[in-house]
Amino acid sequence: MSIYLPIAELPVNILLIFGLGIAVGFISGMFGVGGGFLMTPMLILVGIPPSVAVASVPSHMAASSLTGTISYWRKQLVDSGLGLVLLSGGLLGTAAGVWVFSLLRRAGQLDLVINLSYIVLLSIVGTLMITESIRALWRSIQGQQPVLRRPGTHSWFHGLPLKFRFRQSRIYVSAIPVTAIGFGVGFLGALMGIGGGFLLIPALIYLMRVPTAVSVGTSLFLTLFTMLAATILHAVENRSVDVVLAFTLMIGGVIGAQSGARAGQAIRAEQLRFLLGILVFAVAARVGLDLLTKPIELFSVISTEAAR
Amino acid sequence: MTLRRISAAFTVALMLAPLLVPFLAQTAYAERLVTSLSTHRVLISSNFTGTSLVLFASIEDVDTPRDKPKKYDIAITVRGPATTFVTRRKERILGLWVNYESRRYPDTPSYLAVLSNRSPAEFGPLELQTKYRLGLSFAALPPSILADEEFGNALLRVKKAEGLFYEETNAVTFLTPTLFRATVPIPGTAPTGPYEIDVHVFANGVLAAQQTTAIEVVKTGFEAFVAQSAREARLDYGLGVAFLAFVVGTLAGLVFRRN
Repeated sequence: MSIYLPIAELPVNILLIFGLGIAVGFISGMFGVGGGFLMTPMLILVGIPPSVAVASVPSHMAASSLTGTISYWRKQLVDSGLGLVLLSGGLLGTAAGVWVFSLLRRAGQLDLVINLSYIVLLSIVGTLMITESIRALWRSIQGQQPVLRRPGTHSWFHGLPLKFRFRQSRIYVSAIPVTAIGFGVGFLGALMGIGGGFLLIPALIYLMRVPTAVSVGTSLFLTLFTMLAATILHAVENRSVDVVLAFTLMIGGVIGAQSGARAGQAIRAEQLRFLLGILVFAVAARVGLDLLTKPIELFSVISTEAAR
Repeated sequence: MTLRRISAAFTVALMLAPLLVPFLAQTAYAERLVTSLSTHRVLISSNFTGTSLVLFASIEDVDTPRDKPKKYDIAITVRGPATTFVTRRKERILGLWVNYESRRYPDTPSYLAVLSNRSPAEFGPLELQTKYRLGLSFAALPPSILADEEFGNALLRVKKAEGLFYEETNAVTFLTPTLFRATVPIPGTAPTGPYEIDVHVFANGVLAAQQTTAIEVVKTGFEAFVAQSAREARLDYGLGVAFLAFVVGTLAGLVFRRN
């Protein structure tokens, strides 16, 4: 069953796209991440032009993170104060990311930058998550209590001014590092077509010492707003948001996210982090392998779409 | 006969000349070509996955006796809207395969189909191919770039693999010695815009008739509306998609609440 995508300008198998939406939605519901780091490369693999994929995935992530935000909000696991401070940096970062995206697209090095950012980021985050969760699993096998929060330990950024008390997260930190994290996540999100949940959640857990569940809830809250902003900015700046593609992904995504969330609750937190680490690392390895092995076709042809 | 009269006649002739040119151009050929296309507008709607265009043409030749018709050679070239292609070659830098050298191909058809009854190389001398731009490489690339083998050939190869460049040397079927048919494939990924169809008829290595017609590939209905909104009402379009995401997310949140 094929449907024509009016902006990507090609017919695609609608069931394949819908299935992708469900599969990625399942993973995103299970781990509390947007799933853009999986969705964008998969769409490119299916044949969607990278510029359309990167610009259309954010709206899908906005929809599924809104569903997630609603359910976490009911359980009071969203720190809206922390979320808003993150958002102030996140929106600036998103705008900067969309701008750099169109700059790189003109320079012809967009693919390389996206691929390299994927490899560097995903392999670092993947390795960190795997080693941390193995340590946590090892501790639990030996019967020790998991030690995630160490009250009294202070990092250098605790000395910065503009301190706020974020009640739900039970932290008292300066707004400066929080805004910086938001900026970084927003920037990379817009540039790479990802929500950045897999970056933000570890940052909140390990750097800011926010409880895991609140990290996930707040990350979903932030993802919702940065992705709505990314959708609008991509539409204005790059004109490559495909509404038919986005809508199909959205419907699949919210359905998949529900069963994924249930599956996620059945597994222990360390195991979940271990699995997510493996997944993130696998995507990095896949992209890395592509860059390292000699391609069958050395040449690529693009059309400089002056008038589209 | 004064000099003035001669100059007046000359002026009139000069003024009439532009009117005469098309007439002269038409009569320069020995034969007349009548073509008919299955459609002049390819409409892209939501179920569009590609289509094909059928061209019928008849060669009318009053000079040659009907029982001894000439052997004709046909070359049909279909060109999509012009674009600029950039061909990039990957090279290994610091162990990574990255885009390195590139060549620009301005004014190249975004879609190209060349169909003939036999290889255009067999039509006659090579000048025939270069002059009338017959065959894929002559039709796609300007003569100045043909020497640049590697990048030009890569462009043809990649576009052929994508189905946007198409070459078939036995795609023109003669129903009678003077009536022929050809089918032009329009893939689902075909770019939108005006397409030009050039039909050349050769007899014994000499151009006997030529005709140019055009078709248009356009999005229609919902697809046209979406494409136009994305292009012209960018902010509203972006807000619309964002609102759609908001509605889908909220609805899903409500629907799955009971579970």
